[in-house]
Amino acid sequence: MPQTLYEKLWNSHVVRDFANGDALIYIDRHLVHEVSSPQAFRSLGDAGRRVRRPAKHLAVADHAVSTRHRGDTFDDPLASQQVATLVENCRIFDIPYRALDSKDQGIVHIIGPESGFTLPGTTIVCGDSHTTTHGAFGALAFGIGASECGTVMATQCLKQYRARTMKVKLTGVLPPHISAKDVALALIAKIGANGAAGHAVEYCGPAIETMSMSARMTICNMTIEAGARIGLIAPDDVTFAWLEHRPMAPKGAMWDGAVTYWRTLKSDPGARFDKVVTLDLSQIAPQVSWGTSPEDCAAITSAVPDPEKLTDPGARARMGKALAYMGLQPGTNLTDIGIDRVFIGSCTNGRIEDLRAAARVIGGRKVAPGVKAIVVPGSTATKAVAEAEGLDRIFQDAGFEWRHAGCSMCVAMNDDRLLPGERCASTSNRNFEGRQGPGGRTHLMSPAMAAAAGIAGHLVDVRTFGDDG
Amino acid sequence: MTPFVRLAGYAAVLAEDNIDTDIIFPARFLLITTREVLGTHAFHDRRFDSGGAEVTGFMLNQEPWRGAVILIAGANFGCGSSREQAVWALADRGLRCIIAPSFGEIFQTNCFRNGLLPIVMPGAVIAELIEHANRAESFVVDLENQILCVGDGPPIAFSTGAEQRLALLNGWDETALIMNDYQDSIADFELVQQRCQPWLYE
Ligand code: SF4
Repeated sequence: MPQTLYEKLWNSHVVRDFANGDALIYIDRHLVHEVSSPQAFRSLGDAGRRVRRPAKHLAVADHAVSTRHRGDTFDDPLASQQVATLVENCRIFDIPYRALDSKDQGIVHIIGPESGFTLPGTTIVCGDSHTTTHGAFGALAFGIGASECGTVMATQCLKQYRARTMKVKLTGVLPPHISAKDVALALIAKIGANGAAGHAVEYCGPAIETMSMSARMTICNMTIEAGARIGLIAPDDVTFAWLEHRPMAPKGAMWDGAVTYWRTLKSDPGARFDKVVTLDLSQIAPQVSWGTSPEDCAAITSAVPDPEKLTDPGARARMGKALAYMGLQPGTNLTDIGIDRVFIGSCTNGRIEDLRAAARVIGGRKVAPGVKAIVVPGSTATKAVAEAEGLDRIFQDAGFEWRHAGCSMCVAMNDDRLLPGERCASTSNRNFEGRQGPGGRTHLMSPAMAAAAGIAGHLVDVRTFGDDG
Repeated sequence: MTPFVRLAGYAAVLAEDNIDTDIIFPARFLLITTREVLGTHAFHDRRFDSGGAEVTGFMLNQEPWRGAVILIAGANFGCGSSREQAVWALADRGLRCIIAPSFGEIFQTNCFRNGLLPIVMPGAVIAELIEHANRAESFVVDLENQILCVGDGPPIAFSTGAEQRLALLNGWDETALIMNDYQDSIADFELVQQRCQPWLYE
């Protein structure tokens, strides 16, 4: 029977099949960070357990770290204690740790692929919902809770239930200035923040085949915002070219053998999906969010929607509440929304391609008066490449702050956060209430759109930005 | 894990869709590295105003729902991040059962790992339950028989995954279970995988 990519990945990792689609699944890779791991390590220590295969784990500090300084200087003693706890746990349990001041540090979902730790055909978990990112390599990757992290450390396995499958077919050609982020936001607006719940999503179609790995990672990263724990793209020559020579990727004959296997990792012709959605990329305009859920997105050319036009009372109430939180009036043109802050970074849009796209928009102009803008590379390696290309100068000359790598204002666990009422053009993935700081207001968008908003001082259509400044 | 067999008490209501884990447990409290006494931070920015005073309109701040053991919620409850602190914080407040039309998947799994029962019910049933909850009627959840009773009304059936129900009823620790029952299967799997995909074992 023809199989989907998800089914192939699932079947190749079943240690024990239970009834009703439940199975014990083998986990090949576990990414560990400082926030979701302390309780998992403690449960291990309390029960006198050890890590079954330490080499299958990779730890780094990213969420709580300062992006102003490196080394042991922290703005918050709790954050420094959290990182120290990670270092100590990695020492006790023998897990490889990427030091904060090393060139290999960065956001888990950026350094996994960069290192070649992320490989096609593997199962990858992390105590972080955006583990969906690694699905861009044809890996079965999903976020788990801290208790499950403890189980993976002790057993290298997890009990899982088989997901339903959903195919997202991307057709048409991406218009100029439209990025993978716009595709992801448009899809979530179309199917809802709950639209892919319970499903493993596979992205396919001619548009995917021509996309870079960076774009594929952005799309898979955002899959969790449509409610699915798993987003997948079949590995192909683009994937292999990107991975070859990465430090932890197989070498020589081992590489050839791996590629031969990886080429089998695609959905068979005629494989059946439980759900199919099609999105025509040629119809997508730059997207921005206006509310407090990633599904609250619209084309930049439109206006803030009016709750009174909704018939469902629940939906009307939710929209009213979201607009009240965001401080927005129905009917306001999205391009008339002024901003206070810009954040370019995160595991969604903190890669070198994202920084290049943002820098390209600047064109010698300056950040608008009163706007505070920061650029936070997704990894220290990305930062080094950007500096070699002179992107740091472009940003700094325009008035952007150039920071060290980390999650930063995506999650606001360090001192990078919005003040109550502040409005931010952000390349991150979540516009939840308080996500970027209590009372902060987030507008999600692509790196080019965020950079343009920073210069204009308000949301702006990047397609015409060059013309009217 | 604390077993979950039967639960009785009040149900509070938070009937909004897409209540995410940042609302349930704001990220800034994730710097705390313990899993105990997190209940004070549950729904922090909804329960307290910016000056730190309780928001009286929030149901979990009102009697008798302050001590509610059940939360009735909107669709996609617990969407967003994987932070298990969201579940630990709810449990620490005494909430042991969440009833919603749908859940964020990672949140739902985290519930089962911590003795909390997430029940999926259709919106129409939930609308009725909300009325009962608002009248401060008492709820009884019986996982053994998979029924929910409210006031003097007829029992309402619900269903839970077989493995998850057993784990909850018995308070099983999944790690211990896997280590006891499947060590050999895991070792066998690794042997075969090492032969087929040696690059994963370098
Ligand atoms: S950048 Fe944001 S979404 Fe990504 S891992 Fe960090 S906190 Fe999570």
